[in-house]
Amino acid sequence: MATREIISTGNQLAAIAAVDAGCKFFGGYPITPSSEVMHEMSDLLPKIGGTAIQMEDEIAGICATIGAAMAGDRALTATSGPGVSLKAENLGLAQMAEVPLVLVNVMRGGPSTGLPTRVSQGDILQSKNPSHGDYKSITLCAGSLAECYTETVRAFNLADRFMQPVIVLLDETIGHMHGKADIPTAEDVKAGIVPRKRFDGPAEEYFPYGVGDDEPAVLNPMFEGYRYHFTGLHHDKNGFPTEEIETCRKLIQRLEDKVAMHEDELESYEEFMMDDAEIMIVAYGSVSLAAKEAIRHLREDGIKAGLFRPITIWPSPAKKIKEHTDKINKVLVVELNIGQYHSEIQRAASRLDIEGLFKVNGRPISPYEIVNKVKEL
Amino acid sequence: MAFNYDKYLRLQKMPTLWCWGCGDGVILKAFVRAIEKLGVSQDDVCVVSGIGCSGRFSSYVDFNTIHTTHGRTVAYATGVKLARPDKLVVCVAGDGDALAIGGNHTIHGCRRNIDMTMIIINNFIYGLTNSQTSPTTPKGMWTVSQKAGNIDPTFDTCKLAIAAGASFVARESMIDPKKLEKAILKAMQHKGFSMMEVLSNCHINLGRKNKMVSAMENLEWIDNITVSKKKYDTMTPEEQLNLLPTGILKQDTEADEYCEMYAEIQKVHQGQRKTITQDDFAKKI
Repeated sequence: MATREIISTGNQLAAIAAVDAGCKFFGGYPITPSSEVMHEMSDLLPKIGGTAIQMEDEIAGICATIGAAMAGDRALTATSGPGVSLKAENLGLAQMAEVPLVLVNVMRGGPSTGLPTRVSQGDILQSKNPSHGDYKSITLCAGSLAECYTETVRAFNLADRFMQPVIVLLDETIGHMHGKADIPTAEDVKAGIVPRKRFDGPAEEYFPYGVGDDEPAVLNPMFEGYRYHFTGLHHDKNGFPTEEIETCRKLIQRLEDKVAMHEDELESYEEFMMDDAEIMIVAYGSVSLAAKEAIRHLREDGIKAGLFRPITIWPSPAKKIKEHTDKINKVLVVELNIGQYHSEIQRAASRLDIEGLFKVNGRPISPYEIVNKVKEL
Repeated sequence: MAFNYDKYLRLQKMPTLWCWGCGDGVILKAFVRAIEKLGVSQDDVCVVSGIGCSGRFSSYVDFNTIHTTHGRTVAYATGVKLARPDKLVVCVAGDGDALAIGGNHTIHGCRRNIDMTMIIINNFIYGLTNSQTSPTTPKGMWTVSQKAGNIDPTFDTCKLAIAAGASFVARESMIDPKKLEKAILKAMQHKGFSMMEVLSNCHINLGRKNKMVSAMENLEWIDNITVSKKKYDTMTPEEQLNLLPTGILKQDTEADEYCEMYAEIQKVHQGQRKTITQDDFAKKI
């Protein structure tokens, strides 16, 4: 596949990716460290006849985004952790009504207002269950500038495939990183767009939510002659509210199974120097860059360390993790929180002796901190 | 010939969950009659409702319909309208929905003057959740959350909308459905943000504990607190004190509509016009 070289930031690359992936609408609200995504969208979208609007608050930002997606557009919103907290209820509606959209979360220190300009990976668990109730989130995590682009593109295609919000996690370091990125050409991205399914038969035979047990809803764009109903309530195959016992059970089970039974389509990870590794480091996002540097130093000292980097964070690549942790004794999870993904690695590995290197002071982890921790193991 | 309501209703969803004697059904009928008069295809209409008794409005009418989260109608509708500016977008919300939890979206919809109609069904109480105080509950009335009597000051929906910048603001009650139908039609015909407040009864959850146990008594009370704008304007402030004027309270056909202004933004980015500056606006601040 042809590539092109762009010198940009992670946040800008996410915006460029969205537009290349066919996004026509952006609704958002200013928040550090993600605002540059909105700035870029407000330049790019009107150029192609799309719309970028700064709404009155974070909640309105996602509501407008969902509205545009209901109308049929590919739509994006971007924010940081506090914004996700505010958007959570309506992320729930998008899960329940099966409205595809992409949310880019550039993570900063939390909880609450936290450390607005500093890096963190504190929103890992938030991105798994931002809203109340049962559903299965899809969360991707960019580990390089190029991935800010490629994962945003993938997020749009997955959102339309699974008919639900997809979260792309950047962290402040990646989002504000400025440098060279080799990314696919816009033509290749366009050629790879998989639009959401639609129903073309007669309107009286259209049941947007009348799909197979592991299938997403088929939601035609509004205003095309298929008049149906969106709701956050439990609903029947027509989308109308119901409390019928079996319909309610089947709906929520389907929201789980449409993702859970197709995890192979979502799985994505990188293995770096894992072939002969005796120590496995698990890291994602900007931390993985430090981890790679640390592994090079460790290898120079004769310590066979390797990196396992999940790219699809949720659902986690649990089978692959277990494959490694069954063979490798020493496993170290490095992350900018107090073990949010560490607990997922413990679960996937069915082991409680997973080591952790955690940092929550808003500063990045240096390669040497990782080297020193590995040498202690 | 009798009006064919069936064309606009989702008959399989009937009967509604609204109580016997509720005004919401009258408002729904006035709304679909206005749509018929407007002559717009059902496929080209989007009705967005929130949470509360009024929230069910969208599921009963045969258009493209969205039942959103509590208070967020205007925010969802803004996304729909900006994505498809040529379509008719109507929000239906209750007083608690639009003025309490969704107050921010309501005032900013007015401020943007985006072309949509917001029907606020004001029954002065949280009906669906059983009688809690709303931002329009009259002072001194009994509510389940203020059994000693409501002390919370009230919002005047229309004054709020006018101050926030809505270019069309009207108030009617459901007592006169013909008048209401005309007002809703005018609101939908207006280009810009149209605020249509409709006063309605909730004799079950407002009236029962406030000496208006029947729909008729509740409606009499509404009749007694409303007066036409024409008459209202001739009254002294003392006489106006506990009255709400009805009719079209504001209509500004010159105000910039948001979708049209956004088209100008698109032109700037597409090299078809110069950057928008202060000189483009008579009223800048």
